[in-house]
Amino acid sequence: MRRIEVDPIACTGHGVCAELLPEVIQLDEWGFPILAESVPVHLEGLARRAVGVCPTLALRLTRPAASPAARR
Amino acid sequence: MTARSAQRPARGRSGLIRRLTGGWNADERTIGLAGHTRLHGELPAIRNRQASRLDLIEQVNAAGLTGRGGAAFPTATKMRAVAARRGSAVLVANGLEGEPLSRKDQILLSRSPHLVLDGIELAAVAVGATTAHLCLPQHRTWLEEIVTEAIAQRQHERADTVPVEVRQVPDRYVSSEETALVHWLNGGLATPTATPPRPFERGVGRRPTLVANLETLAHIALIGRHGATWFRETGTADAPGTMLTTVAGAVAEPGVYEIAGGTKIGTLLAAARTHSRAGAVLVGGYSGSWHPISQIASLPYTKSQLARAGAAPGPGILFALAPGACGIAETARILRYLADGSAGQCGPCMFGLPAIARDLSELADGRATDDPLGRLRRRFRQIAGRGACRLPDGAVRMAESALSSFAADARAHARSLPCLAARDEEARS
Repeated sequence: MRRIEVDPIACTGHGVCAELLPEVIQLDEWGFPILAESVPVHLEGLARRAVGVCPTLALRLTRPAASPAARR
Repeated sequence: MTARSAQRPARGRSGLIRRLTGGWNADERTIGLAGHTRLHGELPAIRNRQASRLDLIEQVNAAGLTGRGGAAFPTATKMRAVAARRGSAVLVANGLEGEPLSRKDQILLSRSPHLVLDGIELAAVAVGATTAHLCLPQHRTWLEEIVTEAIAQRQHERADTVPVEVRQVPDRYVSSEETALVHWLNGGLATPTATPPRPFERGVGRRPTLVANLETLAHIALIGRHGATWFRETGTADAPGTMLTTVAGAVAEPGVYEIAGGTKIGTLLAAARTHSRAGAVLVGGYSGSWHPISQIASLPYTKSQLARAGAAPGPGILFALAPGACGIAETARILRYLADGSAGQCGPCMFGLPAIARDLSELADGRATDDPLGRLRRRFRQIAGRGACRLPDGAVRMAESALSSFAADARAHARSLPCLAARDEEARS
């Protein structure tokens, strides 16, 4: 499964990502993203949008791990 | 009054073993080039031939030398990574010593500058570096003068092949971090960078860069002379050779001590004549951890043994808390310092550290409200591991260890009651 990662220096806590993808991205008390372990396959589309919509381009989606499950 | 005496550096001492600290005595003088050569012998000539360069790296590898800046990464691995890359490399000698409790690097450099400069020359040639930057904190002019004088002596009498430039770097807690140093040398701020490439791939001037702590370089200077087998003649298999430590706080003889690897914490505390009623010790500096002395005294001051107690050596620091001092209050002060030292680049650190510093302060003052310990623990989880460097992680680990080692005091303060230490001292007076 893919993971979503944040560059902590680029991130300035806009929080748009958490609005789009609350199942995967929560905000800490200061407005900065806490990311879940992995992105469920059915949410990958939304995850890609979250990456694109970040004003500081702080997010990225990792490639899926090379496992039999991923190749399905 | 000279700049140096105004600074009053701590006394360097070799209570337990003399290798790096050879020739150090009570008058605290800088060992000049002639004295240095008499003490340690001539600098081995490692010519710029592949065989002798690799031989030094092999010796460093066989010696099992690990970095003395705090991360304890295998030095030979770093050297090989830089040496393997094409193009001329850069060596950065890291003398920033960001940990406020640490004295070892400044004392080493001020007493035995030629050991460090020898190490710079040997390591630079071994990794193919044609430039070296010796980085010092901006305000430490007394140290800069000593180093400049030592370099001048060498230029006059020696054949160092790699020019060394002394650089004065803005002195913040994070400046001493590897990527921060490279960032600054490249014309940016002295703040850590998160994105690749790592310095060994592309660092200063986009060249492969070896960043090494001053003490690590001094060990290389001796390994280059005497070899790996000699290095391993002291210390343990797991922690070979010697290391410098700074002992401070409630001790009658604070200063820099050179110890053999595997020396127990209790032995070092005793050598510094720690107060008999000191109850707790901060191991590793501001980013280290607090431990009851009774629980940790029997542990060797090594990476593997300290890991068993949830601690890490850091740059070799022991700070004994005075009996009657409040560990919670000390921790609040340290957190305030760390919060001020944040580069201010990453939200969880920039906002989280001041928040927990305030929490600890209120707790120490007995002013905390609404489950302060629960709130602290929740914040710890939100801060650790979420920055670009290890500053927030270190701060959280130190604060967590305080809540554990001073648990009774924390509970008392949470109920606005005085801590046990204060009550004890009151009873004694």
